[in-house]
Amino acid sequence: MRTDEILAIIKAEFPDAKEETGSDGIVIPKERLLEIARYLKSPPLAFDNLHCITAVDRKEKIELVYILYSIGERHGITLKIYLTLEDLNVASLSELWKSANYLEREVYDLFGVVFLNHPDLRRILNPYDWKGYPLRKDYSHPQLVVKPRL
Amino acid sequence: MNMGPQHPSTHGVLSLELRLDGEIVKECTPHIGYLHRSIEKIAENRTYTQFIPYTDRLDYVASMNNNLGYVMAVEKMLNLEVSQRAQYIRVIVAELNRIASHLIAVGTFAQDLGAFATPLFYCFREREKVIDIFDQICGNRLTYNYMRIGGVQFDFPEGISEKIKDFVKYMRPKVDDYDQLLTHNAIFLARSKNIGVLPKELAISYSVTGPNLRASGVKWDLRKDEPYLVYDKFEFDIPVGENGDSWDRYKMRIEEIRQSLRIVEQAIDALPQGEPTVKVGRILKPSSSGTYFRTENPRGELGFYIVGDGSAYPYRLKIRAPSFSNLAVIPELVKGSKIADLVCVFGSFDVLMGEIDR
Amino acid sequence: MAVIEKIPAAKLIHKIPGGGFFLTTTESLLKWGKASSLWPMTFGLACCAFEMIAAGASRFDIDRFGAGVFRASPRQCDVMIVAGTICVKMNDCIRRLYAQMPEPKYVIAMGNCAISGGIFYYDTYSVTKGTDSLGIPVDVFIPGCPPRPENLLVGLMKLQEKIRNEKNADR
Repeated sequence: MRTDEILAIIKAEFPDAKEETGSDGIVIPKERLLEIARYLKSPPLAFDNLHCITAVDRKEKIELVYILYSIGERHGITLKIYLTLEDLNVASLSELWKSANYLEREVYDLFGVVFLNHPDLRRILNPYDWKGYPLRKDYSHPQLVVKPRL
Repeated sequence: MNMGPQHPSTHGVLSLELRLDGEIVKECTPHIGYLHRSIEKIAENRTYTQFIPYTDRLDYVASMNNNLGYVMAVEKMLNLEVSQRAQYIRVIVAELNRIASHLIAVGTFAQDLGAFATPLFYCFREREKVIDIFDQICGNRLTYNYMRIGGVQFDFPEGISEKIKDFVKYMRPKVDDYDQLLTHNAIFLARSKNIGVLPKELAISYSVTGPNLRASGVKWDLRKDEPYLVYDKFEFDIPVGENGDSWDRYKMRIEEIRQSLRIVEQAIDALPQGEPTVKVGRILKPSSSGTYFRTENPRGELGFYIVGDGSAYPYRLKIRAPSFSNLAVIPELVKGSKIADLVCVFGSFDVLMGEIDR
Repeated sequence: MAVIEKIPAAKLIHKIPGGGFFLTTTESLLKWGKASSLWPMTFGLACCAFEMIAAGASRFDIDRFGAGVFRASPRQCDVMIVAGTICVKMNDCIRRLYAQMPEPKYVIAMGNCAISGGIFYYDTYSVTKGTDSLGIPVDVFIPGCPPRPENLLVGLMKLQEKIRNEKNADR
């Protein structure tokens, strides 16, 4: 299925999902994540592979990115959620796709996004007693020596 | 019991926390991050070209494939088309590196199973031949930094085509040797057959990719299913396993060496003339709200998610490492098996800490 | 007895004319033994580990210099080859491994990362800037990213030279 066809199907089912200009992504409200994810996983779209979860620090908000693929149907889609810095809680997808477990732990470790109902939400790359969220733009650390730019 | 981070069979600095009942593994918790070099943070302070050497050090056994994945992601942001010659050169070096990488996977797996040193030394002997070719092309043995945005750094030097052809001729019988030495060896079979069986649904749910996914019977290879470069011009097969045990995963790698040799042979015969590099400026300023591109690495699908804000530096660069997802499934597979089988399962998945921890 | 003059330690051995035996000091004999059978620890951290294994494999054959017996346990090792980037999470582990090695012990820092952090010096919060900064004394530095196996062999020979020339009181 082509990306625009998938987007049309999702928009017909969930009117509050918005298409993002300039990318093949779709922006959804965070409250409906679990509901939409369940719909995406079941036929006809059958996204059986949660490929990647990542986040981008947009300074005043954090953008969560989910990249989904379907091995059977051979198509993919990008979901985006915008979180405000005051409320960094979002539902965990680990009950739907098992790969979400590690990927969500990584996002928690590096950005501080809390995934609700996650089976084992601990830091993964940094030591367990690490302070701060390193990939935020305002992160600083005594060991971090900034290279002079060109 | 703790296993690692310094342990000969964990392939790097991986630490496993094991809960045991005698020899039986009740629970296995991997602790990763012992090689966390924060490459994603570094990327935000490097220009697009400056970041290429860092991709070498992700999956340091298959540096060419990493270079390729990164430069193609940036080219996708820039809508840049590289020359035919560059595409062929990229295919040749990527496939040669796939062979080198699978040789290490096979050698270390055999060593983990107790075939001490001999298969590993055989594999390293063949790998040195590949490395010699790369040494001649780009002057380095392990971290090549060969791809550039818009092409490759150097054109092929004189006489390298013959050398690669000789290598293909040399390598074919060697793969048959491995078959004879290992694949149907009774001890090897007893140690790896029906150990760590990964069912199809579980593999997809854990987002396992690459040879490990194909060993479970899923015919999925980006080179065929979402062809990039000129992969659609070559004839090659996708080997698929039957029941997804450790032996199948090993067998996939042996078969893929054969298929890669086929691709290299066809590509070197069809290598077109022309410029290997498209001229692009030194400072690139692509802009995108999120570009994702994935390529088929020896260990699975390597993806780069790049956000550019129109400056010379990426705003955010995420590396989707195949080993990261492959590692996640292992604790589930080793539950209830013996410690010795745990080593076997780990060896067969061929995870590499450099790209897990980044 | 012409063969004896060819071995590296010939300077340390005094031949008695006409006799079937020779004299040496226990010190030089011990040093000769120490230098010629260094057992390294399999301690690959990152990329350099593969060049270390390549040095141990058939083409470069580190066994020719008596250092091919890679041991997994620090208690059986004489030399720790720090091959790769040292990350903050790994610091304590490296210190402990070094402490577990029996005296006399030597350290080779292989590659730029183990020397100073290398290309991971800037902009990173999780890389330790060199083996020295952990308080581990390094005997030989081998630069390169990664160093070729030949460089590792040169570094090993430098270490052997150092061992042969050191005063006994040092260790």
